[in-house]
Amino acid sequence: MPGYSGFRILTEGLRGNSGWKPAWRKAAPKPSYDVIVVGGGGHGLATAFYLASEHGITNVAVLERGLIGQGNTGRNTTIVRSNYMLPENNNFYEHSLKLWEGLEQSLNYNVMMSQRGVINLFHNDAQKNAALRRGNSMRLNGIDAEILDRDGVKAMCPIVDVDNGRYPVMGGLLQRRGGTARHDAVAWGFAHAADARGVDIIEHCEVTGMIIEGGAIQGVRTTRGEIRAPKVGLAVAGSTSTLTAMAGFDVPIETHLLQAFVSEGLKPLIDCVVTFGAGHFYVSQSDKGGLVFGGGLDGYPSYGQRGTLPTAEHVYAAGVSMIPALGRLRGLRSWAGVMDMTPDGSPYICKTPVQGLYMTAGWCYGGFKATPGSGWCHAWTIAKDAPHRLNAAHTLDRFREGRMLDERGNGPFFWAQ
Amino acid sequence: MLRIPCPHCGARDEVEFTYRGDATVTRPGPDGDVGAFHDYLYLRRNPRGWQVEWWQHNGGCRAFLKVLRHTVTHEVRAVAAATETLEVPGA
Repeated sequence: MPGYSGFRILTEGLRGNSGWKPAWRKAAPKPSYDVIVVGGGGHGLATAFYLASEHGITNVAVLERGLIGQGNTGRNTTIVRSNYMLPENNNFYEHSLKLWEGLEQSLNYNVMMSQRGVINLFHNDAQKNAALRRGNSMRLNGIDAEILDRDGVKAMCPIVDVDNGRYPVMGGLLQRRGGTARHDAVAWGFAHAADARGVDIIEHCEVTGMIIEGGAIQGVRTTRGEIRAPKVGLAVAGSTSTLTAMAGFDVPIETHLLQAFVSEGLKPLIDCVVTFGAGHFYVSQSDKGGLVFGGGLDGYPSYGQRGTLPTAEHVYAAGVSMIPALGRLRGLRSWAGVMDMTPDGSPYICKTPVQGLYMTAGWCYGGFKATPGSGWCHAWTIAKDAPHRLNAAHTLDRFREGRMLDERGNGPFFWAQ
Repeated sequence: MLRIPCPHCGARDEVEFTYRGDATVTRPGPDGDVGAFHDYLYLRRNPRGWQVEWWQHNGGCRAFLKVLRHTVTHEVRAVAAATETLEVPGA
């Protein structure tokens, strides 16, 4: 399949655009593969891509219950960053951010990666100290971080009400290399690149059971028949518990709702990503002009993919506190995704109690930025049957061993992360 | 908007309540080993369907309640005092 390029756009334009082909094949399942990846979102497709490109394993199937990229990959607020405090987390996310920086070349697909900067505002001394600590931890690990004062925030994002009477802005923690990417294009790009290397992407194929013999995985039962493989990787976000129950074990995950919102289209208004420090609110502007924003969890477990109004009200109220001009804006759409919340807010990329079964899960509400890194580490773990050093700490057993990765220090409450 | 019928205060909006976790896990006794405490604190069934949960009525009687709720439809089918037992349909 010829690649995408400026030259090709020109030549196709001269030929009436008659030469474009679908970006990936509609594959039918074969009886067996070397590796099955369950879940056709960003993480599953990235796993398949890196299995093929980094480890030479191309006899791979990606099984998706519906259409690819229509779960959390199509439901997030598209923010990419690596501003974490714990070394185990910021090294992992920084690796992911570096993959983002070269992703369009690796995939030959425009994912509209835009490193427009991410600012986390702070409003009091305690928050400032926490931001300084996090920024210093990032810099010690070779990641860019800057502290802006009030004037710096005002210069970079003038629409923020820095002199708000109740929540005056003291400054912000800025990561200039953070930004946004086009979420759908990330799924399509990984699908295109994985397919080009021989991976079968099988849509409308729901896993209904696991075939386990002698404590080792042998394949999966699906709505399109039995498919065998000696290695199976799970990348199914909020549905992880449902699949591990089929394999006979429980995991430290509770599935919660997170809502996101988009406004009517506007002229350029906000050219970075800003998060409020005095309420749950973060916002960026899409290339189409709509403001994309979100807040915190609804607060109770749900697989329903829809939220309720009290949380929407909080998000809008926090948004208007941070940027009063938003009060004149109309919301266009809202939706919710199902988050696989963990007791410490950090993910799992690891082996499981079943031999040959692996998972990338527990992304809470930070999964989008991790897409390439998660796929890269998951692929490594599957190919080598051992974790890479970047995901060695992200195990299911860390709570048993007292080595939790509690970024925010909230304690073992799934809904508080 | 969820409506939760508090046995003490009557039907109220979800904003008066706070979810406080899965009510089916049981704290091990003082002689429980590390594994039992790990499972109690961290492992969750996380069902796609009916679940018995703890909710606290912070905005009302402040009591901890058991709530039988569906995790896909969000339907609240039964609410009881903390000492009572709620049966999960089909379990």
